[in-house]
Amino acid sequence: METGYQTVMMKPEDSVAVALSEIPAGTTVKVMCQDQTFVVQLQDNIDFGHKFAVVPIKQGQDVLKYGEVIGVASRDIDVGEHVHVHNVEGKRGRGDKVEYAKQS
Amino acid sequence: MSTQNNPEFWGYRRPDGRVGVRNHVLILPTITCATQAAKQVTELVHGTVSFIHQHGCAQVGVDYEQTFRTYVGMGTNPNVYGVVVMGLGCETHQARSVAGEIAKSGKPVEVVSIQDHGGTLGAIAQAARIAAQMVQDASALSREPFDFSELIVGTECGGSDACSGLSANPAVGVVSDMIVDHGGTAILAETTELIGAEHLLANRAVDDRVAKRVYEVIQAMENRAIAMGVDIRTGNPSPGNIRGGLTTLEEKSLGAAAKAGTRPLQELVEYAQRPTKKGLVWMDTPGHDIEQLTGMVAGGAQVVLFTSGRGTPTGSPIAPVIKIATNTLMFERMKDNMDINAGTIIDGKESIESVGQRIFNEIALVCSGKLTKAEILKQHDFGIWRIGPTF
Repeated sequence: METGYQTVMMKPEDSVAVALSEIPAGTTVKVMCQDQTFVVQLQDNIDFGHKFAVVPIKQGQDVLKYGEVIGVASRDIDVGEHVHVHNVEGKRGRGDKVEYAKQS
Repeated sequence: MSTQNNPEFWGYRRPDGRVGVRNHVLILPTITCATQAAKQVTELVHGTVSFIHQHGCAQVGVDYEQTFRTYVGMGTNPNVYGVVVMGLGCETHQARSVAGEIAKSGKPVEVVSIQDHGGTLGAIAQAARIAAQMVQDASALSREPFDFSELIVGTECGGSDACSGLSANPAVGVVSDMIVDHGGTAILAETTELIGAEHLLANRAVDDRVAKRVYEVIQAMENRAIAMGVDIRTGNPSPGNIRGGLTTLEEKSLGAAAKAGTRPLQELVEYAQRPTKKGLVWMDTPGHDIEQLTGMVAGGAQVVLFTSGRGTPTGSPIAPVIKIATNTLMFERMKDNMDINAGTIIDGKESIESVGQRIFNEIALVCSGKLTKAEILKQHDFGIWRIGPTF
């Protein structure tokens, strides 16, 4: 279990943790945050600074980091999957979702 | 020279009572047509600085006011000893009006207009002669000791990565609290990059009016994207932010807000407006690094803390910019540009508080004359936030 790979999880209610080095797919890492411990087998290669899911996240569900909402899952995300622009969308400033902008 | 309990730096007292940490003579072009001539003056006369821009004409309403306020703010920044305002003659932003406002600060100000001085070469010669005398007068001043209550410190993050919110930004948050506790002012900016974190700041507002303004400026910024029918995500997070591990604007914002420390939010000021209160102040600026840097310096910031994850050379002609790396890899890769490494936090070698203290000590040194990397490399960036079209 002591794989030597460092990760950080900001708040116990978060759904993601951050890799502090490049970690190959298949590696099992132990993520600790206050009284919570997660044992996560990584499904993807995770680059330095990138996020992976520590709990399953359903499509449409908020993604939490810093104990706050950082966006919404655009599809179901499994534990250990890379969490990034391919499966998470921001919810704010979305002019592209405003109907009237597409008229005229 | 500086200790934790009695921090001080060596600066220059200006006629309006404010304190400078640099002693520049500014060649201030009020119109893009005069920027090249102004640049020539800086090449002729040691001790002068200037900036290139595309503004000063055909602007109306809020853009006219914002540009005018920015010029005046750059000229009145206490890091400036005196100003030669260079105009063309026919432009909207008249050199004489800008000079008149700057003169109220009591510092030496002269006007040179290209159309009044026989064209470009005559104007350059005239401006250079005036500037040379100002530089000599400026050089006769000596630095005196001041405490941190005299400082307005701008805070900024650019080229953010996933480490920004874990290392350098929280360390700057520690510094922000230290500055405020010593009676100084810390400016938080980058309204675009606080979208999604506004509730955390509104909760720290000194009163309901300030809390209401927090939501108003955030809403106004979001509405600009919505009114244009554009996806803000096509520009923010930037491609570099995304490669660094930032997924959404909200995630970037929560990391950016860590720069604001923990003290109460005293007020919100307009772009390039001087704070009226001490303590933590929010300036309404875009996320664009150079435009927000310019806004803070025009608002009176004598020194700026700039955290970066991807690495950026950003600097100002007027204010020293202390560049803080969020991770050790980038710090090593970009030593030419970076002043401080906060990546030691990620490496598990140093605490956030310890890095904060190191940054605080560096501010004292830089404000006493130590040059930053951006200053040594003459990284004189300048850009004004434009809201509407040119007419």
